[in-house]
Amino acid sequence: MAYYDRSSTGDTLARGLGWFSIGLGVAELMAGRSIARWMGMEDKTNLIRAYGVREITAGVGLLALGDPKPWIWGRIAGDAVDMATLAAGMEDNPRAGNARIAFGAVVAATALDIVCAQKLHQEEAAYRRQPLPDYSGRSGFPRPAEAMRGAASDAPIAEDMRTPKILQFQPSGPA
Amino acid sequence: MRALVWHGANDIRCDTVADPEIEHPRDAIVKVTTCAICGSDLHLHDHFMPGMEKGDIVGHEFMGEVVDVGTEAKGALKVGERVVIPFTIICGECDQCKRGNFSVCERSNRNKAMADKIFGHTTAGLFGYTHLTGGYAGGQAEYVRVPFADRTHVKIPDGLTDEQVLFLGDIFPTGWQAAAQCDIQPTDTVAIWGCGPVGQMTIRSAVLLGAKQVIAIDRVPERLAMAQAGGATTINFDEESVVERLNELTGGKGPEKCIDAVGMEAHATATLDSMMDRAKQALMLESDRAHVLREMMYVCRPAGTLSIPGVYGGLIDKIPFGMAMNKGLTFRMGQTHVNRWTDDLLRRIQEGQIDPSFVITHTVPLDQGPEMYKTFRDKRDGCIKVVLKP
Repeated sequence: MAYYDRSSTGDTLARGLGWFSIGLGVAELMAGRSIARWMGMEDKTNLIRAYGVREITAGVGLLALGDPKPWIWGRIAGDAVDMATLAAGMEDNPRAGNARIAFGAVVAATALDIVCAQKLHQEEAAYRRQPLPDYSGRSGFPRPAEAMRGAASDAPIAEDMRTPKILQFQPSGPA
Repeated sequence: MRALVWHGANDIRCDTVADPEIEHPRDAIVKVTTCAICGSDLHLHDHFMPGMEKGDIVGHEFMGEVVDVGTEAKGALKVGERVVIPFTIICGECDQCKRGNFSVCERSNRNKAMADKIFGHTTAGLFGYTHLTGGYAGGQAEYVRVPFADRTHVKIPDGLTDEQVLFLGDIFPTGWQAAAQCDIQPTDTVAIWGCGPVGQMTIRSAVLLGAKQVIAIDRVPERLAMAQAGGATTINFDEESVVERLNELTGGKGPEKCIDAVGMEAHATATLDSMMDRAKQALMLESDRAHVLREMMYVCRPAGTLSIPGVYGGLIDKIPFGMAMNKGLTFRMGQTHVNRWTDDLLRRIQEGQIDPSFVITHTVPLDQGPEMYKTFRDKRDGCIKVVLKP
């Protein structure tokens, strides 16, 4: 079972990164052209919008899809793609300075993502070190469960709770 | 008095609030000796149920001692008597109550107009469970006002501990009704999704009612171990395909009876539909996650029955109703008609046929309740059922 604790430090950080992802994604989607122009990479407008969709998906994943670890690793992979795109876009770019600022921001976000992933994995490892409680003796019955099968078949169950005869599974063989 | 109070999503606190008083001649005041956190309380904690207001006292599984009785309830209750209070408040006089359909009592919801608008027709008032069901103060508190107390109670004889009888107020009859409304036959395989407290009670009920085979589905190892102890064959959906395993266990025919003891917060599995549900729920495009319902419709044997004790709050999406229609499935669902079952179940506890306290894994003072909500929600520390002592 994948472990995650929605009250933990790692999860809180993951949720923060989830909201950041959604905010960044919406900005990239809605203002892709302006962002591309600011970085001197107008030819990458559609790519930046696509990255926006990726960010929103990661954000929803982190906030709402249970175990945040796969989504954080997804963000780290996305960060690598972002850095590669920015690095490639800096050549012969009159606005390379802006692209460098963006690159620095991605590096900072990546560092946070890595810290978050490490924290989440540490929390899972700590949980797994704890011994599992043993509930194998908790039947609630005075005798083995097999011996209790049908012990309440005399229970008073009114007709409205019964399946109408016509809808019941009939015994096999000709009617 | 001290009580657990809802302040918003993920924010339940132990506050000091005003003591309850008799407001109507049919009321009683109960001093709570033991109460519990129910799985459906988590829907309030996580704020998936609409209709909560800041300051609402939560909790609907509780019992205690009668300390004050209104003039019209004196014939039925006396100060000092020990009672379990059913989570459904019942008048005992309306047409539905007379039919035993207590969870849809027509008179106990004091916010009937609101419920009529939302549900089409009102259902019963409930303790500590949104203003849609009356906005009544709940039982995770030192004292509770019990409306319609002359009918809304189960008297507890001496010789039984609180822990043995507490669950008569909700999860035991809920599990029992879930199994009973399947009309279990000795040839039936009953598959139960969810091994939380209601699932555990449902497993025992299905065994007692004589199912040939009971199969329990979950992913939490300690819950599966407890299910196995109760007589179930288990499926860990993290490790194996539920559909394939159920087919294997039923000779390819599918279980005749399927029970959803999970409800609106089904865990996000690796399946596309459950991931879509989580995303849609987060974006407020649907209120409930219906993975279990879809899976039950798919695996159930044609002409079988689906029983749904799991709580749903609003809208679900992408339900394969054509599949259900063509397979001729019967749906049984609803909140529990608690008082319909309690006499029989109390007798079974007295006779030692079952001891529902097996499910309790944590007992703490009331003021640790807020922390235990999180432990229970996150299934930490082997938590299956939390009992609180005010």
